Amino acid sequence: MDKLKLLARRLLQALPSLAAIVIITFLLTRLLPGDPAAYFAGDAADAESIAQVRAELGLDRPLVVQFFVYLGDLLRGDLGTSLNTGRPVLAEIANRLPASLELTGVALLLALGVAVPLGVLAALYQDRWVDHLCRVVVTAGVSLPTFFTGLLLIYIFYYILGWAPSPLGRLDFLYIPPATVTGFYTVDALLAGDLEIAWAAFTQLLLPAITLGLFVLAPIARMTRAAMLAALSSDYIRTARAYGLHRATVLITYAFRNALLPVLTTLGMVFSFMLGANVLVERVFSWPGIGSFAVEALVASDYAAVQGFVLVMAILFVVLNLMIDLVYTLIDPRIRVEG
Amino acid sequence: MTTIAAPSLTQHGLYILRENPVTAVAFGLFALLVFFAVAGPWIAPYDPLLSNAARILEPPSLDHWFGTDQLGRDVLSRVIVATRLDLGIAVTAVLLSCGVGAVLGCLAGFYGGWWDVLIGRLTDAIMAFPLFVLAMGIVAAAGNTVENIVYATAIINLPFYARVARAEANVRRDSGFVEAARVSGNSEFSLIARHLFPNLLPPLVVQLSLNMGWAILNAAGLSFIGLGVRPPTPEWGIMVAEGATYIVSGEWWLALFPGTALMLAVFCFNLLGDGLRDLIDPSRRT
Repeated sequence: MDKLKLLARRLLQALPSLAAIVIITFLLTRLLPGDPAAYFAGDAADAESIAQVRAELGLDRPLVVQFFVYLGDLLRGDLGTSLNTGRPVLAEIANRLPASLELTGVALLLALGVAVPLGVLAALYQDRWVDHLCRVVVTAGVSLPTFFTGLLLIYIFYYILGWAPSPLGRLDFLYIPPATVTGFYTVDALLAGDLEIAWAAFTQLLLPAITLGLFVLAPIARMTRAAMLAALSSDYIRTARAYGLHRATVLITYAFRNALLPVLTTLGMVFSFMLGANVLVERVFSWPGIGSFAVEALVASDYAAVQGFVLVMAILFVVLNLMIDLVYTLIDPRIRVEG
Repeated sequence: MTTIAAPSLTQHGLYILRENPVTAVAFGLFALLVFFAVAGPWIAPYDPLLSNAARILEPPSLDHWFGTDQLGRDVLSRVIVATRLDLGIAVTAVLLSCGVGAVLGCLAGFYGGWWDVLIGRLTDAIMAFPLFVLAMGIVAAAGNTVENIVYATAIINLPFYARVARAEANVRRDSGFVEAARVSGNSEFSLIARHLFPNLLPPLVVQLSLNMGWAILNAAGLSFIGLGVRPPTPEWGIMVAEGATYIVSGEWWLALFPGTALMLAVFCFNLLGDGLRDLIDPSRRT
């Protein structure tokens, strides 16, 4: 019961962040250089038609009124129309979101799968070769520009070795995308029972996912190592060892589970990095996600699309942070005692 | 009365370099970067903008150590000349961010109350966004120019400085030396500016050097996706973006050299940051 109350309070705590995001995104749209009405009216417009467009867009009304109109549009799911494609921004983003989520999710799994064991081993064998390896990986990892790593991987695995498929999009044009269920090509192809397409989609996904994963490997490994070291030097581990518990029990049940909590907290920062780096990786691999959509919109000065993208990314980030908080509340035994 | 002679600054510096050879390497790299940033246009072997239709896309050779690009321009010269712009954007942004963040953090930490609430909300609002995405949004809204890249990078780094400054100012506002200065009749402005602020500098400098590498990466990332710096201008992010087209056909030198320069610059600042932190504030070592 107390847990439920606590979870409800965590949910409420996300509201100020959401409010801040909506206000800032609104202010960003009003910062447009020049006159948006003149921009939307086109080059051939005279003063009269610009005034007409201004009234149509509601730009002649006070800022506060405009804000509430914007808020109303948001609540109805109206993010405006993309100048590039002529379709509603929300539909465009919803269409491309699964591609980005698939990439980010696989990258996160890869990064966790390598970084957590590496960090744990580095803490267990402090100042041995694993620890040095961990330090090199951590320092090199934060220095690698994602877009550059991506290109290097393309050069090595596509051009020289020929192992990877051509770095253009989610699926080679020889294949027809599977019927949409989840929007994740690999999952959808498996659901359709088509192993060939599932494999093709997976190989296509692997290189961008590794690129993105390499970028967030470093903070996770660094944090795991520090948290594991802190846990190993704590009193409860000494006590557990003194009781003569099995080494594996001490390490896994006592040290590792406690070390996971601070790692979980840093995932918030990791997501911030990932959602940003995602844009660069999608650009390098022509991945048709919301990142490439935003880059195309930026180049074409398609402002509604860019604002929609910023808003969706920020909301995604808040939701991810909220999920981290909820998981934390569920697995941290101390909260049960205090709450 | 006997006094122990404090080691001179150079002695202390040499001691640190001996103790930590990695920091020495980082200092060497740093000196090289500064040299290229200052003297770049004079030591570059060719004009970085001069195209030569007869010698396009040549691999590295004795004439052109880093090869030539799709317009026959010398890649080595472009990489060298770009140093000033890349470092310039990052340094300006980070200094701006540090200055504004320090003032805001000082006000929040010293006065507390409404100042604290207001500035706390501002930093929280910035941190509610994925930072690179926010920078993209700012540049898109404010206009696609180099100045706006600087401002956007400064804004997304602001919370880190404001938080450090706030925490330090908050701890020190009731300490003895501030009280003493207050009792001896200093104005509040002079309390903050002359007594509190100098004490915030060491942690801020550490934050600054830790932050620099990230700022360089961000700025280069923005120009990689086509924001800010415009094409003929030599800049590492753009050069990698232009080289990206040619890497699938095997012309690796176009992207490799500017990318490596970028990576080394970030690596150098990260090492320097770690070194400075160990020196000034060993308790934060991880």
